Amino acid sequence: MRNPADLRYTETHEWVKAQPDGSVLVGITDFAQDALGDLVFIELPPVGKAFTAGQVIAVVESVKAASDIYAPISGSVTAVNDAVRDAPEKVNRDAYEAWLFRLQPQNSTDVSGLLDASAYQAKVDSEK
Amino acid sequence: MLKRTALFDLHRAAGAKMVDFGGWEMPLHYGSQIEEHLAVRASSGMFDVSHMRAIDVGGGDALEALRTLLANDAGRLVPGKALYSCMLRPDGGVLDDLIVYRLADDQAAYRLIVNAGTAEHDLAWMQHVRDERGFNAELRMRTDLALIAVQGPNARARLIRAVPRVGPIVEALGTFFAAALDDWFIARTGYTGEDGYEIALPSEQAAEFWRALAGADVAPCGLGARDTLRLEAGMNLYGAEMDETVTPLESGLAWTVDWDTPRAFIGRAALESQRANPRLRQLLGLKLLDRGVLRAHQVVATAHGPGEITSGTFGPTVGCSIALARLPAGVALHDEVSVTLRSGAAKALVCRPAFVRRGRVLG
Repeated sequence: MRNPADLRYTETHEWVKAQPDGSVLVGITDFAQDALGDLVFIELPPVGKAFTAGQVIAVVESVKAASDIYAPISGSVTAVNDAVRDAPEKVNRDAYEAWLFRLQPQNSTDVSGLLDASAYQAKVDSEK
Repeated sequence: MLKRTALFDLHRAAGAKMVDFGGWEMPLHYGSQIEEHLAVRASSGMFDVSHMRAIDVGGGDALEALRTLLANDAGRLVPGKALYSCMLRPDGGVLDDLIVYRLADDQAAYRLIVNAGTAEHDLAWMQHVRDERGFNAELRMRTDLALIAVQGPNARARLIRAVPRVGPIVEALGTFFAAALDDWFIARTGYTGEDGYEIALPSEQAAEFWRALAGADVAPCGLGARDTLRLEAGMNLYGAEMDETVTPLESGLAWTVDWDTPRAFIGRAALESQRANPRLRQLLGLKLLDRGVLRAHQVVATAHGPGEITSGTFGPTVGCSIALARLPAGVALHDEVSVTLRSGAAKALVCRPAFVRRGRVLG
């Protein structure tokens, strides 16, 4: 299972990709999509809403189970990926391509506090 | 250590995600359970169901034993015919649901196909009843057999393409009939709502058969697709829709109980008194009108009191969430009810407990 080196990760299996304009894209990892199975519904947050780190920000529902997605850092939602909401299977096909929402971070340094790829892999290994 | 079928290595080689299913290590899917489900409805798919068990019943009292043990009447079977039935406890609770076949070549012999989790218990119960009543009946659990299901509108053509020698038998086989070809047993039965076949064959021949089917473009399908297919088809799952604490009458299976003959099958008296109860619960279908997924054990609020979902899922062919639910008497088709999902209350429509037949979404 892939964990691209240019991303940051959370213990709850979200990935975060820093954008040139200071915003971040957020999705769920390959490990998460594999554990969930085929996704059938994705509930995305309203654009403009502010969240604190660790708050439930989205929900993904698979045939198997529903799972909360947590805000990786504090920030406001500036965009959501409508294409993924209409075709949740895109997340299963390529979890790192299928971003769920874009956040404008409250603090630009918060992302660097997240796990890097090898720390995330260690976390995944410990869950097996 | 989990039990494995003869096809374990082939499942792993095909990239299956394996899970513990009742003590067996079985394929959940080979990549996408939704794609596998859709492949069966559109074309064909194959399932390793070798965790299920055949119990062969022979001897002079074979039929009498089955007419005692089963709620449906095996006496109705002509040679080669199959029958779906429950096997009951004396209090009417369901021990298992199964298919009984009358073997065409030996008129006094029958084969039962029973569920994996209940097989040992079923056999012990049958032996107990046989011994207690003094029936002259042999009971043989066929652990030497593998079971493979081939399902879908193209199942017939592809089965024949994969194994040409079964052609004459398969071409002549009507729905819910079975026939033997050497040491293979081919039944035109299934658990998907599509046309298809279930084949019992010696375990050592299973891998070659599976490969031949794959060569004929039959897609391998796992337990995930098996569950969404059977639920769309309105077929019960033992352990979900029924168990020892409920009777067939509360599980949508009254149609499988044969009352017509004066046959004292085990559980008859209990069912007869339950039949008269106007408050008897009923098994019906639900379709979720909102986004979300209905799941087993969720509570259903109706105008006649609370009910409970017995099985729920997202139906890839119907395109929404569906469920089977045990509901109070008085609830009617087309009633709108409320289900408590994880996210809160959601509206569902009561419908017949069947959503798809032969690839077509119903009503």
